[in-house]
Formats: sequence, C-alpha cells, structure tokens
Amino acid sequence: MDGQTTIWRVETKTSASTAFAILAVLAIITGLAAPIYLPRAMLQDLFFILTMLALAQSWNLLAGYAGLVSVGQQAFVGLGAYVMFAGVVFLKLDPLIAILLGGIAAALLAIPAGIFAFRLQGAYFAIGTWVIAEIVRLLVAQWKMLGGGTGTSLPASATRHMQGVDLVHRLFGFRPAQAVDVICYWLALLLAVATIFMVYRLLRSRHGLALASVRDNQEAARAVGVDARRLKALVYLASAFVTGLVGALIYVQKARISPDAAFSVTDWTAYVIFIVVIGGIGTIEGPIVGVLVFFALQKLLADFGSIYLMVLGLIGIVIMLFAPQGLWGLFASRTGIQLLPVRRFLRGGPIKN
Amino acid sequence: MNWADTILQGILLGGLYALFAAGLSLVFGIMRLVNLAHGDLIVLAAYLILVLVDTLHLNPFVALVIAMPIMFGVGWLLQAYVLNRTLGPDILPPLLVTFGLSVVLQNGLLQAYSADSRRIPSGYLDTASISIGSLHAGVMPLLTFVSAVAVILILNRLLYATELGRAFRATSDDAVTAGLMGIQPHRTFAIATGIAMTIVAVAALYLGTRSNFDPTIGPARLIYAFEAVIMGGLGSLWGTLIGGIILGMAQTIGGAINPEWQILAGHIAFVLVLLFRPRGFFPRAVD
Amino acid sequence: MALLETHGLTAFYRDFQALFGVDVSLDAGETLAIVGANGAGKSTLMRSISGVLINGARQILFEGRPIGALAAPQVMALGIAMVPEGRKLFPSLSVEENLLIGRYGRTTKGPWSLETVYRLFPILKERRNNPGTALSGGQQQMVAIGRALMSNPRVLLCDELSLGLAPVVIRDIYAAFPAIRESGASIVVVEQDIGQAMKIADRLYCMMEGRVTLSGRPSELNRAAIHAAYFGADS
Repeated sequence: MDGQTTIWRVETKTSASTAFAILAVLAIITGLAAPIYLPRAMLQDLFFILTMLALAQSWNLLAGYAGLVSVGQQAFVGLGAYVMFAGVVFLKLDPLIAILLGGIAAALLAIPAGIFAFRLQGAYFAIGTWVIAEIVRLLVAQWKMLGGGTGTSLPASATRHMQGVDLVHRLFGFRPAQAVDVICYWLALLLAVATIFMVYRLLRSRHGLALASVRDNQEAARAVGVDARRLKALVYLASAFVTGLVGALIYVQKARISPDAAFSVTDWTAYVIFIVVIGGIGTIEGPIVGVLVFFALQKLLADFGSIYLMVLGLIGIVIMLFAPQGLWGLFASRTGIQLLPVRRFLRGGPIKN
Repeated sequence: MNWADTILQGILLGGLYALFAAGLSLVFGIMRLVNLAHGDLIVLAAYLILVLVDTLHLNPFVALVIAMPIMFGVGWLLQAYVLNRTLGPDILPPLLVTFGLSVVLQNGLLQAYSADSRRIPSGYLDTASISIGSLHAGVMPLLTFVSAVAVILILNRLLYATELGRAFRATSDDAVTAGLMGIQPHRTFAIATGIAMTIVAVAALYLGTRSNFDPTIGPARLIYAFEAVIMGGLGSLWGTLIGGIILGMAQTIGGAINPEWQILAGHIAFVLVLLFRPRGFFPRAVD
Repeated sequence: MALLETHGLTAFYRDFQALFGVDVSLDAGETLAIVGANGAGKSTLMRSISGVLINGARQILFEGRPIGALAAPQVMALGIAMVPEGRKLFPSLSVEENLLIGRYGRTTKGPWSLETVYRLFPILKERRNNPGTALSGGQQQMVAIGRALMSNPRVLLCDELSLGLAPVVIRDIYAAFPAIRESGASIVVVEQDIGQAMKIADRLYCMMEGRVTLSGRPSELNRAAIHAAYFGADS
C-alpha cells in the first residue's frame, strides 16, 4: 500500500433535498394552521387534494415501484368506507376509530384478494384486481342494513360528537359541521404526509433497493436472494391499508355513501392513475406535481363534464407515449434536482493519509 | 325453475361472451398486449352499427357488413399509430395507454350520444324463437352462438392454415427472428388488431340487438371477455368458447335463483376456476 | 464490383462499441468464412448485415446500394437471408411451417422449394409435422438452413452453424454446402472452428476485438499467422 485508504459512503442526500426537507417542515406547519386563515371552501379543496395525493402515492408505490398495476383500488376505498359506516352505525363507534377499522378491513381484504390476483401475471393482474373490486361492490350492494344498492347516510349526531369537534369548537369557535371539516382536513394532511414518509422510508430501506431490483430484473433479484413475491405482497397489503384509511376518511367527510360511488373505478382508480402518470410514475415527487395539475384541470374544466375526462385521458395517453417519465421526470432530468432522493450515490474515494 | 332451459340459455349467453373474448384472446396471443379499452371498443362498434341502421335505414346485418371493414381500419390505425409505440418489456405503457383510451372512448361516447340507453332494432328477430319440446331458444341468442362458433372456426383456420397465420404465430414466438424472415412485426400487429376489431363489430351487433346499451357498459364487457379467456386457458380459442359458456351458465343459474346474483355468480365462478385450475381448462402447452 | 461489402463498419450495443471499422467484401458465387474467438465481433457483423442492428447507411453496400440503415425485413427482401446463431426455430410452428415461413411474402423464383430442401435434408421430410423444437440439434440446424434457403437468397449468412453440435453432425451439415453453392447463392459462414472454415471457404477473414486482423485465401495463410490473428499474442 502507498498510504492510501479508500473510504466510500453510500448516500442518498442531495443539496436540494436538504433544502426541501426544511421547506417541507415549514409547509406542514403552515398546513396545520390553515383552518385559521383559510375559508371553509378552500379547506374542502385542500382536503380533496390531500386525499387524492395519499391515494396516488399508494398506487404509485404499487405500480411504479413494485410493478403491480392495479385498476381495482376502488375495492379498498369502498370497503374501507363501508366498514367505517358499519362501525359508526352498528357499533356506535367514534368515526375516528371507525376510520382505523376501515383501514384494517381493507388490509384484511387484501389477503384473499392478493392470493387470488397474484396468480395472474402482469397485465392480467390488472383486470384481476378489477374483478375483485366488482365482486366486493356487488356483495356490499347486498348489505341491506346499509342501504343495499342505493346506499345510506351517516347519522349527523355521530360526526357531530366525534373526538375533537368539541376542542375545535372551543379553540376556534367553529360550528360543529365546520369543525368536522377541520378535523377531516387535519387527518387528510396527516395521512398524506405519513404516506409520503412511509413510501420514502420504505424506498430508502434495504427493501427499497430490493424492490428496485425486482422491478428491473425479477430473475436476477431472486438469484441474489430477494424474495420478490413476499415483498410485493407486503407492498400490496400496505397500499390496501392506506387506501382503506383514505376511503374511510373521505366518506366521514362526505357522510353519504352508495356502492356505485364508493366503488367507482373513475373516481378512485382512473383519477389516481392519471395523477401519477401526469406527474411522473416511479417518483415520490411525481404524484405531488400530478395532483396539483389534476386539481387545476378540474377547476378549469369541471363544468364540461365528460369533456373533462376525455381531456384527462388524452393527456395521460400523450404523456405515456411521449414523456413516460411524466412532468416531474422531465423537470428532474433537465435539472438533476431530486427533492425526495431515493437513489443511492457513491461518494468519497481514495484519501491520502 | 326449468333447469334444462336455464342451462340452454346459459350456453347461448356464453356464445356472446366468447365473441367479446375472441378478439382480446387473439391480440394477447400474438403480441402479449392486454387492451383495457376492449369493452369500450365493443360499445363504440355498437354505436357505429346503430348509426348506420338509424341514418341509412339498413338491416342490422347489412350494417354489420359495413361496420366490419370500418372497425378493421380503426384497429389497424390504433395499433399502427398508438399501441405499437407501447410494446416492450415494460407492461406499464400498454396498460396505462389502453386504460386512458377506455376513459376517452367512454366519455367521447357520452358526449356524442348522452347516457341514454339505446338498442339496435332487429325487427321480428327480436322476439322470434324456436321451441323443441319444453326448450325455447330465441333466434338472436342462437345466431349469436352460431356466430361465435363460426368466428372461432375461421380464426383457427386463419391461424393454422394461412401464411398470415404462420406469420402471426412466428412473430408471437420471436419478433426479431420473424424480422429475419421478412415479416414486419409492427405491420403484422396492426393487421391482428384490425382482425380483432372486426370480431368486435360482430360482438357489438349482438350486444346491441339483444339488450340495451349505453356508453358506460364497456368495462363490464372487458371483464366478461377476460374471465372467459382466463377460464378457457390462454392461447386456446375453443377454450375461450368453453370459458364463455361457463360464465354464461353461472350467470343464468345465479340469476334464476336471485336476479341480483346474476353478475356476482359469474365472477364467483371465475374465482373458483382460477383457484382450482389456475391455468384454465385448455391451456396451450407452449406459452 | 463486390456483391456485398462493408466499409469502416462500426456497431454499438448502447455504450459498448462492438465493431471498429470492419471492411469485408463478398464476390458473387464466393464462399467466405469469418473466424475468431468469442467476442471478436463475428456475430455482431452478421447482425449488422442482416439488419437486426441498424448501422450507418453507407457502411454496408449490396450491389453498390447502401443498405446499412435498413431493417431486417427490408434486407431480407433484397435477397440476403440469415441462419441465426442458436437456430431460433419458431416453437409454435411445425418443421414444414418453419420452412414455409422462410419464403413469407416472397414471390422470387429460384431453385429452392419445400421439395428441394427435403431432397437436401431428407430427414426433415420424415419429421415435417413435428414441432420444430422437438428435433435434435443437428436436425434443427438443417431446418434453420432450409428456412433461409426457402427465400431463394442471393446471399446466405450462416452464424455459428456448429455451435453445440457433435463433430459428426457438423460434418453432415457442411456436406450440404456444395449443393447450396451450386444453386448460385453466395455464402458467408461464421465459424469458431478454423479447420472447418478453411475446408469450405474461398477466402477467410479473421476477427479479433471488433477488427479484421487477417484475410486471404486458405492456401495463402499458414496456421501460425491465423493463430496469431485469432488469439492476438503470438503465443
């Protein structure tokens, strides 16, 4: 040796990411305080954006990272929502507890659903998940005590006496209906941030590396000891849980449910897919960009009904064909900026002693 | 409930599902592409036939003869200019592009024809039926079944006894080597999708004459087609017919017990088949 | 004018350069052998000529016409057929269908048809209805050669015919070459076996690391020179 040692470190940090982390914390604090300075209508818009973001992140984890293209996420949204309703209506649970129950129910559904759908390869997995969602929708429509095919409403007293309503009322002086919105908004913020954090941590862990290797080459990954099936099953389960929670939360706020709405493929899967595709599939930043573009398009075009969906579909197709990395991917590849870096960099090198 | 009659109706319904599925099966077999817009393309073809019948006052079967080449062109263009760009080792692009297409078609049809239910008038055939003993079969359901068998016979003949069919199978096996034989894979794919859309037109005629349809029913047809293909076993067209029959029987039997269970019974039959025969009833040895 | 020639041919697999300016020429009626070790670039040369790889248009000329940028089906249409490395029969086609696919979309008249291919390799007629992949390695190679001949090519490219075959089987396959030559086709054979190459070729090119290191008639080349060109160091 000539007095040289080599010190290499594996890092994921970039300078933009450090700045972003600080900004993110500030944004979360600003977000938490939003009920103080934002009117109720805008809070409801933010609620919509945040819940769609959480759904998009969990679909992105599924499709963009684990290669599991599901078009049946509405199964988990719908079941989560219906179980939440059941918890409130039959068990007289606090809606907040019932939301948790909804998430757990969705995760439990993911076990048989996964056993079934994982028998189907690639593209057929997609339609398999759709079939599952249809089955659950048709079964739930038989649930006469929750209104069968026409659906039902949450008893107004249940949400009004929800945990925290009283506190918000005393803190800000909001009427109960408005206080419910505030709590739902906070929960949506919590869920969106927690989902992003969970995805981020998962991708940075050794499981993240394993997922990337499975996505790139399943055979090679198996050869180095990555259990692809188990990993994919885990991701499927986690994504179902988050989707179920979000579904339940959305329907606490909506307070009215029907099978067709709660299991809508357009609302809970098509929108989510377009958000991720437009923003950039396989990145954490992508869905964030996507949900903002999606919301802006909706505000602009919502009055045009079906034309809006046509435009959304066309944009999705064009992006998939000509810029499959999405808007964020285009931006990142031009600038090299990564805000939530999950890619690993080898830093350091030979050091002279 | 008359069991024999229920089973007969189920088998005949299976013919319709086999027609939905044959095009999907053909396209998947040749280029491993699953077209999530398949159901919406069936609905599109139904509107095309309806428009031809309404504006030109044609017999629906004559309208079909006109619709078939038009749908061939639609399929050819779709494959040549859109779907060929999505083919590759990654399954995301074809799935997401065809899913987007499904949304575009559905909403385009909603915009053009509203959400109202429509039906293609087929005159006296609507109600005509044939009775043998205690069994009654509508002429349209019988024609559907006969058409499904005919379509599968012709497709099998095309695949196994023509130069084009050889090119389809060779390209499916190995597109690079097929290129060395002078076969242009992308052109072959465009022809295959064109043929699939021709079958879609036939399926659309029966979809539209037998029951009401509206722009939103496409995804359910895709699911039925998919279930028939999987239950029958990938790569076998006769298997697809059997798959369609199983689905049709499950639905009619379920519906006979309780009308609300009709669709559910079909899905459950599918899940059971997949659990106990994961590769379907007639899987092709080479896949 | 040469029938087929390459000029400064370069080829890449993404960032990896596999050919560094290769000049090869084939005259009408000639049989050429290209020898070299694994990774010398022989197969890349075949894939470039046949259009599996796309190159600069003027880097490959066929009767003086630039064909370097053409895709495989177009190259095939000009009359250049390839027997690919590893035979690459179509598993869902029978032996006869594998042969028939060789003349897909072609109407060129010529000496080769099912009948004459079966005369060249009689065993294939017996196995005509078997799936191509149910045959032995040597028989599969015969199908692959027959399939290429069915297009009545003016140039027949053969990539590593003897790969994985027993010596006696290789001898049987090369026994068919005089008949192929007589039919008028010019032939390019890629071989790792120098002895076999020298026996059948009019001229020989030796490649190493993406370049031609030696060429000439077998009678003019001595073993030592070939050895050096093949392995690099004059060991």
